[in-house]
Amino acid sequence: MIDPVTLAILKGRFEQIADEMDATLFRSAFNPIIAEAHDASHGLYDAQTGETLVQGKSGLPIFVGVMAFAVKAVIEKAAERDGVAEGDVWIFNDPYDGGTHLSDFRLVKPVFRDGRLFCWLASVGHWHDVGGNVPGNYNPAATESFQEGMLIPPVKLYDRGTFRQDVVDILSANSRLPLSLYGDLNGQINALELGERRLHELLDEYGRDRAEEALAALKDRAATMMRAQIAQLPDGTVSAEDWLDNDGITDEPLRIALDLRIEGDRMVMDFSRSSPACAGPVNISRSTCVAACYVALKHIFGEVPANAGVLEPVDFVIDEGSLLSVTAPKPVGGYTETILRLIDVVFQAVAQIAPGPAMACAYGTINALSLAGHRADGRRWVMFSFFGGGHGAHGAGDGLNHGNAPISTATIPPLEILEAAYPVRFTQWALREDSGGPGRWRGGLGAVYEIELLEERADVFLFGERGKVPPRGVVGGDEGAPNRFFYQQADGEHSPPMVSKMIGIHIARGQRVRLETPGGGGYGDAFARPADEVLADVARGYVSEAAARDLYGVAISGGAVDDAATKTIRKEAAE
Amino acid sequence: MSAYVIGVDVGGTFTDVFVWDEAEGRVTTTKVPSTRGDQSKGFIEGIGQLVATFGDIRTVVHGTTVGTNALLERKGARTGIVTTTGFRDVLEMRRRDRPTTWGLRGAYTPVVDRPDRREVAERVLADGTVMEKVSPDAVKAEAQALREAGCEALCVFFVNGYANAENERIAVEAVRSVWPNAYVTAATEILPEIREFERLSTATLNAYLQPVVSSYLDRLESGLDAQGFAGQVLIVQSNGGVMSVGSAKRTPVRTALSGPAAGVIAAQAIATAAGVENIVTCDMGGTSFDVSLVAGGTPALAPQTAIDFGLVVRSPMIEITTIGAGGGSIATVDASGLLRVGPESAGSDPGPVCYGLGNDRPTVTDANLVLGRINPDRPIGGKLDRLDIDAARAAIARDVAEPLGISVEAAAEAILALANAKMAGAIRLVSIEKGHDPAKFSAMPFGGGGSLHTGALIKDVGLRSALVPRFPGVTSALGCVVADMRHDRVQTVNRLLPEIDAGALGAEMAQAADETEALVLASGTTFDRIDRAYEFDMLYLGQTHTVAVPVEMGEGLTREAMQAAFDAAYRTAFGRLLEGIPMRVMNYRVTVIGRRPAFDMALFAPEGGVGAAEARTGTRRVWAEGAWHEAGIYDRLSLATGEAIAGPAILEQPDTTIFVDPGLTARVDRFGNLVIERTA
Repeated sequence: MIDPVTLAILKGRFEQIADEMDATLFRSAFNPIIAEAHDASHGLYDAQTGETLVQGKSGLPIFVGVMAFAVKAVIEKAAERDGVAEGDVWIFNDPYDGGTHLSDFRLVKPVFRDGRLFCWLASVGHWHDVGGNVPGNYNPAATESFQEGMLIPPVKLYDRGTFRQDVVDILSANSRLPLSLYGDLNGQINALELGERRLHELLDEYGRDRAEEALAALKDRAATMMRAQIAQLPDGTVSAEDWLDNDGITDEPLRIALDLRIEGDRMVMDFSRSSPACAGPVNISRSTCVAACYVALKHIFGEVPANAGVLEPVDFVIDEGSLLSVTAPKPVGGYTETILRLIDVVFQAVAQIAPGPAMACAYGTINALSLAGHRADGRRWVMFSFFGGGHGAHGAGDGLNHGNAPISTATIPPLEILEAAYPVRFTQWALREDSGGPGRWRGGLGAVYEIELLEERADVFLFGERGKVPPRGVVGGDEGAPNRFFYQQADGEHSPPMVSKMIGIHIARGQRVRLETPGGGGYGDAFARPADEVLADVARGYVSEAAARDLYGVAISGGAVDDAATKTIRKEAAE
Repeated sequence: MSAYVIGVDVGGTFTDVFVWDEAEGRVTTTKVPSTRGDQSKGFIEGIGQLVATFGDIRTVVHGTTVGTNALLERKGARTGIVTTTGFRDVLEMRRRDRPTTWGLRGAYTPVVDRPDRREVAERVLADGTVMEKVSPDAVKAEAQALREAGCEALCVFFVNGYANAENERIAVEAVRSVWPNAYVTAATEILPEIREFERLSTATLNAYLQPVVSSYLDRLESGLDAQGFAGQVLIVQSNGGVMSVGSAKRTPVRTALSGPAAGVIAAQAIATAAGVENIVTCDMGGTSFDVSLVAGGTPALAPQTAIDFGLVVRSPMIEITTIGAGGGSIATVDASGLLRVGPESAGSDPGPVCYGLGNDRPTVTDANLVLGRINPDRPIGGKLDRLDIDAARAAIARDVAEPLGISVEAAAEAILALANAKMAGAIRLVSIEKGHDPAKFSAMPFGGGGSLHTGALIKDVGLRSALVPRFPGVTSALGCVVADMRHDRVQTVNRLLPEIDAGALGAEMAQAADETEALVLASGTTFDRIDRAYEFDMLYLGQTHTVAVPVEMGEGLTREAMQAAFDAAYRTAFGRLLEGIPMRVMNYRVTVIGRRPAFDMALFAPEGGVGAAEARTGTRRVWAEGAWHEAGIYDRLSLATGEAIAGPAILEQPDTTIFVDPGLTARVDRFGNLVIERTA
């Protein structure tokens, strides 16, 4: 058996390899979704099963769970064909096999040691444009994946060390932004090459046997640790359900329901009561569903490591016909919205049995907004970005104002970079008053972004959620403000019929679009929030005086708390 | 008559003073307790211990943590912001980040509260066009309101100010006309660089620090003057250069990493003198281990750093990578049965178990003590009389040895192995990741604890050697004495290479360098010579991260030279060039360095000194590589030049303890450094 000290040291060394791969891609990537938003991930995967051995810490959290499925897809494909060879690199974006959506291109490379396969390295990155009906690929009206972009099954980018330019030619021909694609692809190759070099250095030093022993031991320990965490929760079943506004096609809400069963040191996550597969792009594949649960659990139980062992004590019940387990060609482009809701139901369920580590729901939508058009000289431009909102409150504090989504560590591009690159100007970039869910601890504030077009004309696309059912509070906390979107036309201001989803609306020079993003949910009873904290929120303009009175039971007049009136309101509420 | 140049580094616990008598060619040092609240008291006291007549002091160079502490403790001045309508929350919204990836429990308190952020109508577009001119009257009204609300400092920040600063300039003039105040900052005066949050944050933190740092420097100067001091005071910047007190009052944000930067500068100077070009500095404190890379005699600089979550300072800084592995880092066995060291730390108060101040969880220092590496009867720092070795043993037994089923010695060694592995990882990160071969680097420990671990780092990372300076405890103070004067400037260009008139751009950069040089010369300091350096931040069209591209100006600038410089820099960074994609020039950077007269490191050479046998003061049982050894103990400072000692051995001196691992040999070089290498 490997000694505990070598094991601890090797753990750090393996993690460093994955981290360095992340860093290399972030620095050399072309599109801001990878370079700034870190929508990418790298790791080491089991030679036989493809299970996650080690994953980088700086990539997109959702990939931590999903990459194993991607590697497994390549292993199966290679077995069908002529096997795995040294010098091969596979590339694909099939979301039904590999999880997430078509924008995420995966490169998977076997690493051989002394002629024998040691493990797989994989790199995934969100490319700027992969074809389809909508620039940037967030098509809220898609009913088949063909409308979302090209779908590439696992094919070889390198065949025994030989680069296949023909594959790149096919990819480039199917993108609106082939240069960006080429740059990101090169960045991912750089990352894999670096990872392979580092891995060989480690194996030179420690030898294959010890490294394999260490990886096996780390998996066992992750499972042990997860079981220990689960064992602390009371046995029994808790349930939570939450809703997606609609699928972008029909304005009907879709249910995500979780029955969470604790049985000793095992956990069952049963999603049977969720809605069936829908026509629009908020379906996800089973692998994506499992990965999202992993993200939620890791937010709550922060110490569990990023490897396959963590899910060993967790069983999943996901119906084949459910929107959480679809196959091709059901559209999955908006997977981010569905997994954010999955995380919300896990938070809500766990809050019922473990209020200590629990958090209220965060803003719960990626708000992928794109503006696209042509410049006077005919060049195409596509401005595409995700926007932020409030984090949920928790048992020890208010939620963070204007944070990034729980599935991501993305930063938002500077507005000055966007204005320098695209013919737009922002007219507002501000916190949104009264958007944080009231509670003993208040949810973080969402934001208001307003953008004016400086060119003749542009098409506007939005893929968002939480327009009808706002982010929920926990432990008695209230909900945050819902998502809202407005666009100007000659006849005034409008909101889309699908609330936060819209394609191909044209706006003209001088017209504006405005996104008002949700705040996080509150934690605990708002009427128990100390009056001076509510007063401070009012002074800062986080909370209006009206909301202070109605939602917190705190009367404020002349910049001070009216103690007598406050006492009366709160007393009446208590009775 | 004496002529002193004095370096003073004020840290959290101690104020280190380094006195160089230029006339006599002598150095003396002392350590006095830092005086919290008013650092200048301990500062002057410390100098007073070594210098009889303050009138003999020519220059005092100061590494300060006043700015850093004010940021970390949010104790700067109440500051207002006047900004473009629609953008008052840029500071609070940050770049939509969060402090930790996992667990959504982050919090952020901006240094300027929301009511103190006021908006005025104005707008500049990204191409520099003024869409709406600012009204001076509107600015005056907001400034007055902020002043009446109790603000002491003000930052004016307008969107796209980097592209055209005209509106900001008008606004600042308007503010000054109604509120004459030295603490009014225009964001573009501090940083005319694209990226609104980074520029605003840097400028706001500058305004926030101005009153605090200025009043401190005033107190310091008048305190020195009262003692009869008639020389010059210089302040160390985060970029490792010094600046005048006047500059420090205008741009205090540049002192955010003043102290640590001074340490790296000293390390560089010591290594260069000793003929070592490539070093990794290792500063081990109670909670953290800081490493910094000096390759080819030049410290690595980072373009920005966050002092705390959301407190971003964008100005060139000595790049210091910090990991949570210090003497106070706590060792635990987690729920999966895996040993962990840090990031949780007992710090220096209550500190390790052996301090007996209340912490009962074993730390790295406890492991060093249990294994005989530290002398329990002679603790470093002078705060305690002795260390409680039994308590340290008991804690390691309970928390590590028993859960892992190993002996206390093996457990203690495991704690050190893991701490060393973390430090090794940090060194690999700063060296290998940048394409350097660790075999060409030497570790230079400074601070009190680092010298216990350097041997292990040589082995783990494959470093060439370790170089332990003669006085590792006062390295930062020495750095103050040897630092050059340095000023950096940046300007955003944001244009494609083919569209650039290289001749005109070169002339603009030369002009910027002339102005910067005038600032350097205005300090009144004497220099051996003045150096200039020019650099671009460039990228392929479509990328967002830039590559630093140094250029030679020579006969002026050409596009061909810029392209060739970019190709070379990009190839070094990423290996492959991307044919056919145009390049963009984001910023230019100009650096002017006034080289101060060199300090002769030979002053550290041991005078006389004795042989190893004579310097040996006894032996102690030391555990290393799974067994006890009877290791010799030596008085480090009495060793003569050229003396060599094979490990395992312990070398003691008042400010540090050096452990020479088995298989390594330590030798005293002619500058008094200890060079530790693999035994031949």
